[in-house]
Amino acid sequence: MNDLLQFLSFSDPNVRFVTIGTMILGATAAMVGSFSFLRKKALVGDAIAHSILPGVCLAFMLSGSKDPLVLIVGAFITGWLSLIIIDGISRTTKLKNDAAIGIVLSVFFGFGILLLTSIQQSGNAAQSGLDKFLFGKAASLTQYDILVFSSIGIVLILVLLLFYKEFKLISFNPDYAKVIGLPVKFLEFILATITVLAVAVGIQAVGVVLMAALLITPASGARFWTHRLGTMIFIAMVFGAISGFFGSFISYVAPSMPTGPWVVMCLSFLTIGSIWFAPKRGMLAKYRVQHQNQQKILKENVLKLFYHIGEKENDFHAERSIEQLLKTRDLRPTELKKGLHLLKSENTVRNKDDKWLITAKGLNEAIRIIRLHRLWEMYLNQRLKLEPDHVHNDAEAIEHIITPEIERQLEKELNYPTKDPHQSIIPYIKE
Amino acid sequence: MDAFWIILSSSLIAVTCSLLGCYLVLRKMAMIGDAISHAVLPGIVIAYLISGSREALPMLIGAAIIGVFTTVLIELFYKKAKLQIDASIGITFTWLFAIGIILISLFAGQVDLDQDCVLYGEIAYVPLDLWITDAGVNMGPRTVWISASLLILILSFIIIGYKGLFLTTFNEEFAKALGIAVGFWHYSLMSAVSLTTVISFESVGAILVVAFLIVPASAAYLITHKLKEMLILSAIFSVLSSIGGYYLAAYINGSIAGAIASVAGILFLFCWLISMYRKRNNTSRLILNSTS
Amino acid sequence: MEVALETHNLTVSYNRRPVLWNIDFKIPVGQITGIIGPNGSGKTTLLKAIMGLVKPSSGYCKLFDQDLKQVRERISYVPQRESVDWDFPASVMDIVLMGRYKSSNLFKRINQSDRDIAVEALEKVNMLEFSNRQISQLSGGQQQRVFIARSLAQGADLYIMDEPFVGVDAATEEAILNLLTEMKNQGKTVIVVHHDLQTAKDYFDWIVLLNTRLVAVGPKDDIFREDLLQEAYGGKLNVLSKVGDLIKEKGFSVRERK
Repeated sequence: MNDLLQFLSFSDPNVRFVTIGTMILGATAAMVGSFSFLRKKALVGDAIAHSILPGVCLAFMLSGSKDPLVLIVGAFITGWLSLIIIDGISRTTKLKNDAAIGIVLSVFFGFGILLLTSIQQSGNAAQSGLDKFLFGKAASLTQYDILVFSSIGIVLILVLLLFYKEFKLISFNPDYAKVIGLPVKFLEFILATITVLAVAVGIQAVGVVLMAALLITPASGARFWTHRLGTMIFIAMVFGAISGFFGSFISYVAPSMPTGPWVVMCLSFLTIGSIWFAPKRGMLAKYRVQHQNQQKILKENVLKLFYHIGEKENDFHAERSIEQLLKTRDLRPTELKKGLHLLKSENTVRNKDDKWLITAKGLNEAIRIIRLHRLWEMYLNQRLKLEPDHVHNDAEAIEHIITPEIERQLEKELNYPTKDPHQSIIPYIKE
Repeated sequence: MDAFWIILSSSLIAVTCSLLGCYLVLRKMAMIGDAISHAVLPGIVIAYLISGSREALPMLIGAAIIGVFTTVLIELFYKKAKLQIDASIGITFTWLFAIGIILISLFAGQVDLDQDCVLYGEIAYVPLDLWITDAGVNMGPRTVWISASLLILILSFIIIGYKGLFLTTFNEEFAKALGIAVGFWHYSLMSAVSLTTVISFESVGAILVVAFLIVPASAAYLITHKLKEMLILSAIFSVLSSIGGYYLAAYINGSIAGAIASVAGILFLFCWLISMYRKRNNTSRLILNSTS
Repeated sequence: MEVALETHNLTVSYNRRPVLWNIDFKIPVGQITGIIGPNGSGKTTLLKAIMGLVKPSSGYCKLFDQDLKQVRERISYVPQRESVDWDFPASVMDIVLMGRYKSSNLFKRINQSDRDIAVEALEKVNMLEFSNRQISQLSGGQQQRVFIARSLAQGADLYIMDEPFVGVDAATEEAILNLLTEMKNQGKTVIVVHHDLQTAKDYFDWIVLLNTRLVAVGPKDDIFREDLLQEAYGGKLNVLSKVGDLIKEKGFSVRERK
């Protein structure tokens, strides 16, 4: 707990620096990743990340320096090379994109590991500290490193904002972008360059192995909250920044721990949470809608019982017993009682002990549903040419869905019918 | 002698991987293979934590089940949550892999595993872990025996299931229409892949196993039109990569698994060039034919 | 009339949205039937529902008055040519032999009689000389003929083909047509999904006219009427698509749960 307070107080300037830095890296990657996600190139980011390892190692071997600018140049070159090769393989061979990604990812990474282990064996592993590129170690970054990486991150964010509209268009509708004369190839080149750079700086926080998550996971989670691209990118960036914050915190309280896995845990937590709990698009929201649908169907079905008995006996206002209601339709007694109580709370039915009767409001509602049912039967019979004995089951489902607008359209198309295919009267609500 | 044992065991593992890899490539599931190989990590760590050793076979099978679970999880994200497939794969395997790494660092004392091992294995130590029978007979390195058994298992799966794998890989809908349990073949293959990654884990690590799975198979695919040839060629490439990789690693003093992946990459490059060359020749021949 | 295929109130949804509404028809044995309709009218989906490849939201199909499971070996399915990857490393013979695969013999070796049947099937589509050719080296028409040969090798009574005439050369078209006639003469039933109205009249005896709902079904002379064609090709029913959108949007199921 003390650790947390001390961490949050930001009294240590280094902590402040590292935290803000990794948050910027997380947000940058999330922003760039949103476009990769929308362009369905999420796994390409994984390949770029893995391909950066040999670049970093080569840059170190050739220059002997750990200057972040030097390492980024190496990372940039092999990162871009991986994109070119993936594209080349899928264009010139019968191999599909996923195999191309897998080949590039694993061979580059294998080569990177070969170089890395060779550097380590040669004795200057301690100085190089290159292995932090594997799983990330935020706290070990120097202020200078952070300065360089965050500046690059901020520049990337600015460039993305500058080309926001264009990138949006080539992500959603590349053909249209081409038609209206946008330089699609050039824009794709810029976007790819930004992606490579974002990955190159992002691996400082999470390492090459898990970098894909920093690109894909925030965007996937954000997608569940909104349809709007701007909002989605913003939410993804917030996810990325929170995870960056969390990562540097872990790095501070548990110095022996790699940062990357914890960042990814935090991201996965946020995203899986979004998948479940996001309003409207989340899984729970979907289940809730389904539950509401079922209740609506149940209520409407129970109201129809009153109508059917009323129609047969030519008396809509008499009291009905549970047994009588059950006889009319194959419904479980518990279901029926549940439906009746739901309806009672809406004042569409009333009861005296075990006797139930429909109110005026309820009758209107029942007429509406019966009307929709019979209209739909008529529609199936007339337009889909179904036999009268084939239309009932379908109408049982569709009657609960039809809106007033569709109702009017049905009436008009069927020329205001008064009887359904079984010659029952199509009722209407008397004013 | 050490060189022989190392090359033999890595060849056995690489051949097993590449045989399965042929089917992954043809089914366009290369990245699912990648995902499984990452995702078995938490299973392996938990298996070690519970059994306290590396050898308990039942535990390794348990770990392999987690690999199959990965594919179920990916399908869940894809079908239930309606997330696009590449993102479903990406989220799932990074998450499970992160759990594995966290477990390793949390229980560093109890688990005889480290992060390096996760990445590229310890194939150089193969000759040190000998199988000595109760009677005191030295049977050679334990890994060689394990990987040889695995190879025989996978080989029999491919031979016995040849028709089923062939049919469901080429044309799943037709297979379904014939009333064949497509899901059975899918999950059998996934189980085979996860069992193989779990067992290869010690020697080559969780990540480089992807190179073993995909690269030789893809290289073979580029230069042949016959499934049987593809399987055999990929096995040959695996052995070549193992031999070449061993000496490359020795030469620059680096990871053997990393070197094998690099050599496999070079072989792939060769096959790519051959296929391009053939294609160009074919096109020019076609042009000649049409003008004559 | 003896019925080869019956669909009963079949509703099929894709992504929760109904793409086929209450399809209800019967097709007689021994005829060549064309399922005709504009693009996106649900023709392929209908075949998939018949073959059990997609699950209907409601309704059912009967083949020879039985469930698919009981008559599977009497039914042969020819998927769309584009539905497979022709770069697959296999020879023409390998593919045709697949027609002899069954769930009961999947672990047995292919025997000589299977091979003889495959050779015979290849002969029928004039592809015997290509039997060792790799499938990646075939033209579109040849690919289609290989698929049909595979289907012939099954020795079925009912053949269900998805767009066999798309992208094939004139020779293949004629070869397929001859085959269809020959099959008919042997008392087999053929159901073909076809999108080209112009040629449909020459190819088929019976027509199922489809556009997300059944427009008409019957002998071709009854169906090729201006008003019916107009109805099938004159666009979707407005109300139907709106209700379909609502079902998807609100997450309703097409059939009430009992």
